[in-house]
Order: sequence, then C-alpha cells, then structure tokens
Amino acid sequence: MPDSAVQDLLPSPIPVRLLAEDGTVVDCPAGYGRPSTEQLRAAYRRMVVGRRFDTQATALTKQGRLAVYPSSRGQEACQIAAALALRADDWLFPTYRDCMALVARGVDPVETLTLLRGDWHNGYDPAAVKVAPLCTPLATHALHATGLASAMRRKGADTVVLALVGDGATSEGDFHEALNFAAVFSAPVVFLVQNNGYAISVPLSRQSAAPSLAYKGIGYGVHSEQVDGNDPAAMLAVLGDAVERARGGGGPFLVEAHTYRIEAHTNADDASRYRDEAEVERWLAADPLSRLEKHLRDTGGLTDSDIEAAQAEAEGLAADLRARMSSEPRLDPLALFDHVYATPTPQLAEQQDLLAGELKAQEGS
Amino acid sequence: MTATSMAQALCAALGDAMRSDDRVLVFGEDVGRLGGVFRVTDGLTAQFGDQRCFDTPLAEAGIVGYAVGLAMGGFLPVVEMQFDAFAYPAFEQITSHVAKIRNRTRGRLSAPMVIRVPYGGGIGGVEHHCDSSEAYYTHTPGLKVVTPATAGDAYCLLRAAVADPDPVVFLEPKKLYWSKEDIDLAWDGEPLGRAMVRRTGKDATLIGYGPSVPVALDAAELAAADGIDLEVVDLRSLVPFDDETVTASVRKTGRCVVVQEAAGFSGFGAEVAARVQERCFHSLAAPVIRVAGFDIPFPPPMLEHSHLPGVDRILDAVDRLQFADEPDLRYLSGVRP
Ligand SMILES: Cc1ncc(C[n+]2csc(CCOP(=O)(O)OP(=O)(O)O)c2C)c(N)n1
Ligand SMILES: [Mg+2]
Repeated sequence: MPDSAVQDLLPSPIPVRLLAEDGTVVDCPAGYGRPSTEQLRAAYRRMVVGRRFDTQATALTKQGRLAVYPSSRGQEACQIAAALALRADDWLFPTYRDCMALVARGVDPVETLTLLRGDWHNGYDPAAVKVAPLCTPLATHALHATGLASAMRRKGADTVVLALVGDGATSEGDFHEALNFAAVFSAPVVFLVQNNGYAISVPLSRQSAAPSLAYKGIGYGVHSEQVDGNDPAAMLAVLGDAVERARGGGGPFLVEAHTYRIEAHTNADDASRYRDEAEVERWLAADPLSRLEKHLRDTGGLTDSDIEAAQAEAEGLAADLRARMSSEPRLDPLALFDHVYATPTPQLAEQQDLLAGELKAQEGS
Repeated sequence: MTATSMAQALCAALGDAMRSDDRVLVFGEDVGRLGGVFRVTDGLTAQFGDQRCFDTPLAEAGIVGYAVGLAMGGFLPVVEMQFDAFAYPAFEQITSHVAKIRNRTRGRLSAPMVIRVPYGGGIGGVEHHCDSSEAYYTHTPGLKVVTPATAGDAYCLLRAAVADPDPVVFLEPKKLYWSKEDIDLAWDGEPLGRAMVRRTGKDATLIGYGPSVPVALDAAELAAADGIDLEVVDLRSLVPFDDETVTASVRKTGRCVVVQEAAGFSGFGAEVAARVQERCFHSLAAPVIRVAGFDIPFPPPMLEHSHLPGVDRILDAVDRLQFADEPDLRYLSGVRP
C-alpha cells in the first residue's frame, strides 16, 4: 500500500472541531466544512427535545416507572448526529445508551423505552423504523450491522448502516471482528464509538493504550476519524461525511467521538465511587447544547422564539411520555411462549397450557 | 442408487438448497476453494460462484454475527464451524442473538440460518477436535438441534434445516462422514422434529442420536444372537423432541437404554431418561439407564476407545435391565464385580 493510502486511513491527529466551547468558529485543518444553518437549527431543536426526553426518563426511574435507565446526557451531539446522518431507509444499530438517538430518528418514545420499562425486550418494529433492537451484549451488534450492510449491498441498495458502540465495548472481540469483516467485505457500515470516558467505573486508560480509539481502524484497513463529540457541528460534518463515503462505495468507516457521560452509568450506579465532581464540572463547561445555542445565537441563526418553540416541543414530548408511562402496561404472560419458534413446539404448547392453568387458578383465588 | 457418503450427501443437500433458493449463502473457514476440511462444501464455489459460497476471515463469532445481519437482510446463511470446539467463540452470538432475536422482537425479526458443526469423536482427532457439544445448544431455547445418523438422513435433515424458519444447529457426526450407503438422495419436504425407529424389537428400546445410532444398531445385532430383541430409536431431531415416537417405543418394550457419546453428567441423555420415566413409568420394568462417555475432558486419540460407549457398554446396560426377577443393582452404587 502506498504511504498516501496509509495516511488516508488514519484519523486526524487531534479531534476534529468546528466550534470552540464558547460557540465561536475554529479553523479545521482536516478540511471539514461547517453544516448549513438549517442543519444546525434542526440539530439544535432535536438536542433540546432529546435532553428533555433524557431527564424525563431519569425521572421515571425515580417514580418506579422504568426498571433502569442509562442516560446519554452530555452525549447529545453524538446522539442527534447519529440520527440526522441517516436517511429513512438506512439502518441504525444502537446500544442501551442510545434511546435519545432513537427518539430523534422518530421512534415512539414509549416503544423506545420498552426494554427499560421491562414489559418486553423490544418495543418497536425494527423493520418498520430501520432500527435494530437496543443491544446490551457489548459490541455483538457491530457484526449484525456489518452483515446487514453486506445484505443491502448484495441487493443493490445504496443504504448505509450505522452502529453505535461505547469506548469499553471496543475491547470486546466482536468489535474487532466487525471492523475486520466490514473491511474484507467492503460493507457500507459506519461505526461510531462514543468515547464517554468510562465503561461503568473503568476509565478509558484501562481499555486501551492506543493513541486514540480511532487508530483501531487502520489495523483492519478501515478509514477512521476522531472528533470532538461535544461539538454538534463537527459531529454532523464528520458523521455525515463517513455515511456518504460508505454509501458511495468507500467501504466501512470508524469514527471516535470524544464525549462525556454527565450522569452515572445508570440510575442504579454511584459515580462518586470512581470520579470526582471537578471532572464533571469541567465537562459541563463543554456542554454541546449550550455550545450550539451560543453559536447559532451569535450568528443570527436562532431567535428567542425559536428557543421557546424548541422548549415547548420538548415539554410536549415529556408530558406525553409521563402520561403514557403512568398507566400500567398490558402484560400477557401467555405471550411468553409466542415467537420462541415460528411455530411452538409441542413441549412449549404444553407449557403454555400449564401456565394458563396457573393463571386461571390465581384469578379464582 | 449409488454408494454415497454422509459428506457427499451433505454436499448434495447444500447444492440443491442453493439451486432451489437464491437466498442461500454458504460461508465459513476454508469452505470456498478447498471445499471445507471435510469436503462438505466441495465444488460449491465452482458451481455457484464466490458470492454464494465463500471464505470468511477466521473468526467464529464474526461468522455467526455476520450471518445474523445477513439473515436480517433476507438471506439464508448456512455457516460452517470447522470443528465442534471451535464453535465456542461463536457461543455468545448463538445463545444471545441467533436464538433470541425472534422472541425479543415478538417475531418482527428472525434469524433463520443453519450452523453446521462437525462434532464428536471416533476419528482419532487430537484435543479440541472431538467434543460432543449438543447439550450446550439443546439447553438454549430458540434453537433447533438436529443430528443425522445416515447419509440419507444427512441429506433430508439438512434440506429441512435450510427450509426451516428457525435457526438450526446442525451437528454432523465426524466419524460417519465417510460411511457409505446405497441411496437415492431425495427429500419429501418433511419438516424437522421426528424421530425414527431404525430397528423394531420387543424386549427393550435403545435410544441414540447421531454417532451413537450405528453403535446401538450393532449392539442390537449382537443381542439378537443372545435371544434379546432390541428396538433402536434414532432421535434425529433433539430439539424439537419427538416425545411421541420415544414414548410409544418404550411403552411397548418396557425397558430403555439411552446412548450418547457426550459425557453423561448433565448431558442430553439425562433429558431423554427423565422424559421417558415421566411418561412411561407404569410401563417400565426397570429404571432407564444411560450409557455415555465418561465425565472427563475428551481423551487423546490413543485412549478415545476407552471413553466412547461401544457395544460392550451398551450390552452391559441391557443386561442390567432386570430381565430376571432378581434385580441387579450394581450400577446404582457404581460397583462392578
Ligand atoms: C459482553 C458484555 N459484558 C459486560 C456487560 C455489562 N456492561 C454493561 S454496560 C458496560 C459498560 C460499557 O461501557 P461502554 O462500552 O464504554 O459504554 P457506555 O455504557 O459507557 O455507554 C458493561 C461492562 C455487557 N452488557 N456485555
Ligand atoms: Mg463508555
């Protein structure tokens, strides 16, 4: 491989950034152009709504309406860019952390939360919304994304698949196998690593000694880039570029977004055991939402009434979510036996009868 | 009719499945140009091109995970794990995704695929090449698990597995790959799920599957010379399990021995024995006996014959089925005279 081709695979030496923390425009040596004001306005609106969804979901855990919720507060730029980079016929492969991206893509918030509410494993119809089930076994879905991307390509479609993974998940074998398969089969798949600094309590330094997680691409022949994950403009530019490159036949792409998880791992986690408040404070100062708001205000792309409209939309969504989550979900224990196989085995049919009997007896007592 | 080995029958089944359905893709390690280390995919790349039958990077989780995505995209993957023990890296993909995706999504997604696994001992393989791994799969709801004992069945069960809407772990007894049968390969469309009586008899039922079926049939031949008439049931499909055929046989004979190559403890034979005594208790004249491999890591090649259940171990068990009024309880304490 000529040296230029090797250089082409490598990420920028420092994360791509288009907006400084104070919202001012910075020079981008990597040559990414700033998204249009319209794109930034659309991202802003979704970020406001996404953050409200996230705080509402956290509140629902306190009311016992959700079994657990992994917040993506602080990661809004990544979440919203993931949704906006895709066409309706592209596919998204999320983890448990990525509910906000689903809502931004238009998946019903209640159906998005089914897994975390606990009335079933997956609530929405993946084929209808082109979103795979929220994946918990780390990095396993990166392979599914790769396989589906190949399937689409085989059928002659120009659709792209975007797989979301965490920094910790990049240590899993499946992540590496996915990069390798994607490159060998030239699958139109983009891997977005949201490096939020921690895998539960374990800091990045224990996951990897690589200069940046984006450097994991070159070993597989995968183009890669690293980006300031709290810069919404840079996220839109880099991810949009990666997706369109894959769409155009450029093969897979790895993006590492440097970001931070403001909340604990989930509502059940105690982050004070492994990180200090000062660190959180530093990252709050790099908040992606206020960065974009400031930039748009300063450049005349956002008025007070725009902000009010976004907030009203967010409150509307939160109120609707609260209302719909305040009733008990309808549970059908006998449905546990459906869809284990296409047609229940004789043994499952027997077991379903057994449970039906138990339920009847309980009703009677 | 031509003499056909099990490996050839499997190859023919793959070819016919690929011909009858464009969605079928065959992939794995060395399955392309080489035709697989056991030659089960011999000639498929030449016939169908390397888009339909192809080599992948050497990574089993990758192969199965990639297959999940292809299945989501409407293809029908038939993947080869090179050997039983080398399927273990794919275990997470198989148990957490392949087996569950239909249920997790209430049937909106599914991952029909066939995971072919050459398994079992008897070929003088060195370590990690001889595991009987069926119980790992049969214990996982959502998977179907089948294993053929004859070349004819290898063809039919593999065709049925590819046509099945659910994921199938297809266990191929390595030691039977080269055993030949005079047979015309044809599948009548029968789905998976039925056991088969391979030999009728009235005194006791031997239940086997995959590699233990020919051993059970040999044992039955020898027993016949001693005046004991044994029935042999070949399970064929471990999941779904054919309680009907098994129960009918044991109710008729009143005695039952379950034969498996795998280590006995917590093995599939224990499930069979439990099901038989739950359903046939009043027909049983003796406890159901399991004949199995020992509870040891699979032995080195020069010692495997001591481990694998052979006709002697089966006939010993038959002797203990209390044909005489005096019960022989030696096996209960494990003490042998
Ligand atoms: C294969 C596997 N091992 C362990 C876990 C338990 N677990 C859930 S989340 C998590 C941390 C993952 O960290 P990271 O990939 O950085 O994602 P984040 O939660 O920070 O978004 C762990 C260890 C799991 N879900 N899957
Ligand atoms: Mg993390």
